[in-house]
Amino acid sequence: MTTITKLDPKVPSGPLAERWTRHKFDLKLVNPANRRKFHVLVVGSGLAGASAAASLSEMGYRVTCLCIQDSPRRAHSIAAQGGINAAKNYPNDGDSVFRLFYDTIKGGDFRARESNVHRLAEISTAIIDQCVAQGVPFAREYGGLLANRSFGGAQVSRTFYARGQTGQQLLLGAYSALMRQVGLGKLTLLPRREMLELVVVDGMARGIIARNLVTGEYERHAADAVLLCTGGYGNVFYLSTNAKNCNVTASWRAHKRGAFFANPCFTQIHPTCIPVSGSHQSKLTLMSESLRNDGRVWIPKQAADARAPGSIPEDERDYYLERKYPSFGNLVPRDVASRSAKEQCDQGRGVGPSKMSVYLDFRDAIARDGEAVIRAKYGNLFQMYERITGEDPYRVPMRMYPAVHYTMGGLWVDYNLESTVPGLFVLGEANFSDHGANRLGASALMQGLADGYFVVPATIAAHIAGRKLAAVKTDHPEFAAAENAARQRIQRILSMKGQRSADSIHRELGLTLWNQCGMARSAAGLRAAVTKIRALRSEFWENLRVPGEPNELNPTLEHAGRVADFLEFAELLVTDALTREESCGGHFREEHQTPEGEAQRNDAEFCHASAWEYQGDGQPEALHKEPLAFEVVKPSTRSYK
Amino acid sequence: MSSPTTTDRMQVTLDVWRQKRATEPGRFATYALDDVSPDMSFLEMLDVLNEKLVARGEDPIAFDHDCREGICGSCSLVIDGVPHGTEQETTTCQLHMRRFKSGAHLTIEPFRARAFPVVKDLVVDRTAFDRVIAAGGYVSVNTGSAPAANAVLVSKDAADLAMDAAACIGCGACVAACPNGAAMLFVSAKVSHLALLPQGGPERDRRVLAMVEAMDAEGFGSCTNHFECGAACPKGISVENIARLNREFLRAALKTPAVARHKSSDD
Repeated sequence: MTTITKLDPKVPSGPLAERWTRHKFDLKLVNPANRRKFHVLVVGSGLAGASAAASLSEMGYRVTCLCIQDSPRRAHSIAAQGGINAAKNYPNDGDSVFRLFYDTIKGGDFRARESNVHRLAEISTAIIDQCVAQGVPFAREYGGLLANRSFGGAQVSRTFYARGQTGQQLLLGAYSALMRQVGLGKLTLLPRREMLELVVVDGMARGIIARNLVTGEYERHAADAVLLCTGGYGNVFYLSTNAKNCNVTASWRAHKRGAFFANPCFTQIHPTCIPVSGSHQSKLTLMSESLRNDGRVWIPKQAADARAPGSIPEDERDYYLERKYPSFGNLVPRDVASRSAKEQCDQGRGVGPSKMSVYLDFRDAIARDGEAVIRAKYGNLFQMYERITGEDPYRVPMRMYPAVHYTMGGLWVDYNLESTVPGLFVLGEANFSDHGANRLGASALMQGLADGYFVVPATIAAHIAGRKLAAVKTDHPEFAAAENAARQRIQRILSMKGQRSADSIHRELGLTLWNQCGMARSAAGLRAAVTKIRALRSEFWENLRVPGEPNELNPTLEHAGRVADFLEFAELLVTDALTREESCGGHFREEHQTPEGEAQRNDAEFCHASAWEYQGDGQPEALHKEPLAFEVVKPSTRSYK
Repeated sequence: MSSPTTTDRMQVTLDVWRQKRATEPGRFATYALDDVSPDMSFLEMLDVLNEKLVARGEDPIAFDHDCREGICGSCSLVIDGVPHGTEQETTTCQLHMRRFKSGAHLTIEPFRARAFPVVKDLVVDRTAFDRVIAAGGYVSVNTGSAPAANAVLVSKDAADLAMDAAACIGCGACVAACPNGAAMLFVSAKVSHLALLPQGGPERDRRVLAMVEAMDAEGFGSCTNHFECGAACPKGISVENIARLNREFLRAALKTPAVARHKSSDD
């Protein structure tokens, strides 16, 4: 592994607050009449993809949007519950663009690029304007104005929301804008397509190979620019709050064609999810962070206490968050709450059939406020919990355990959101740019829409007007080579006729990562994980069984292809975790903690983004470091005692 | 503490619709499972069956699913004749096996409607919904041209009613439940959502006319007030929206007869 630096983040100079405005002026423009000459491929139709595709089409570019679902409206952005942040300061409580910027930088534990984060905060207000104009039914006050709520420990109320379905409503807004362009005949929509290869011609991204998931046909799509809006890689852990079809394939295929992968070890684990109920578990369900406002987290003091929670007396309960963090109590940040739950369960004090959960108890809140008040606040969440577990949380405490639900790492991008492959832009969760080592609540929706509605429609001109783009057609040899690679991989998967299902190998991979590279990581555990991942990869390529045919709808085959990429990507994730000899945000290395067991950052050696360059199969990847300069916010230590 | 059912295992027998592709006839195949946990979701039960089929080298059952949280609208299935099964306001992915008795014999079919052709097994093509939205289910506002968010007041009552309608997940259960294969509940939810908000006002007439025309063109049937749609809807979308759709359509058709006859194309 070598360390070389050839990353240019292209951050504009000048005062932080003026950079985006100045950059937009400095960018070249594409004449409106010329835009129709350029074809842009948008892969993915979540908040980032749908908003980018619609906006670029409105501007006059020819756009093709592909998605793996049967409809673009089903992308996983739809599952986001809580809200979207914006520095509107409607509640007059002291919010500002600078405060949102500051909170995001600090929340990310000083591992994000200041210029990008400031731009995100600036754009946040225009996103709300845009969504309201589209008819997104945000919550309102009686006077007809937009309502706000506080979220994720922020000290101001800056979160806009549509009940518990904010992601759904924002996505349906972006989807409606996308479908409007389809109806006008300006945008081509290709659902049930999966990107299998990026096509690079003369060093530039000039298209993709996609597979039609219904017919199995391979398609060549040529373009002048490619936008990856393909989400995060949380499903590498098998169990996560991600939708089942979320995968790393598009990002990983682009990575193997030259796009650097940044900070893959920055994964976020959410503390309050419904625990695993058995080996059949297919995914995990998040319960809103807001529950910790009224619920108290506890476990029995005595290990392996088999009594029902109601019969454990008060002095035999350990309210461990309140005990360890008296000033923040149950409201410590996500990473701290998650690690503490793991620590208790690892000591054998977990509860529930699997002993891998902690109680979140509303007994005291119900006694204090009455059941009606609690029902009004959390009724829908209590109902969802009851439906999944069969237990009534008004009578028995909820059982919770942390689960993977967001990935801050992603393909490395510069200030223009362009990857290290010219012409390949990466938006939303798929890139690494704005959340550092930990994402704040209600910020993912903000970033996806900022990238798609406002950033890329401006910055794509740097590529389209700034470079000479020779005509490239799909009969170019690079298309044939890429298609051939995709075909061979699928044929190999189908030809093995071994004993193991892709799902069983995926589960084993997930468990390895969860145990060795989840909430707590150690050098020994990470090394063991690398060995295990390699063994699983061999097992996969020797003993896999995928029934069915290549020329039909074959979900098992689709999944197997994604597992193959997860098996390669997992090693990079673990290697990144091994290389980052510090603890920051969601990345906790057991060797690097304070005497009180808190995360210990190492700014002297690790104040950088790690960007990994693929060097060929079986070769160690090369590490590039992008130094992070904090010109405005001084890095400090977070404490919640 | 453990839930009383956790360690019990259930037996179920499933008659599942198998169809290789749209152009081939389908048939029911029967499968027996004897180790179903009551804590499994319905789709996890199918996952277990599929793993067994893979082990036997048989083609697993294809079904659409994604979020498994009841919000993406991917999952479907008609279970014992009812779209998403009999539990009220619950998608198939949120339906759990503890709702069934051990020994149950269940029939699993795809959503059936003329406008939703079968793709394979339990997977159907619901892109007709997207084309209906493309015909007018939007507000024409280009990125960047929006006024300040609080410049237009929206009464809380209107916003709440609009949100009730906007909660539709586009799963198509309403169509599958309707004896006529009508999409009135789906279309009315989108028409209502936008007609109730001032932002949707300027295009109110042309929207409803264009969406109804597209709905008819896709082969969806007509509404004859059975209201099976409302009973089947996993999100509790009210059939009052259908009344609103009818009112909106009549209003628009009477007001702008020219638009009703000729599809507007001045975009």
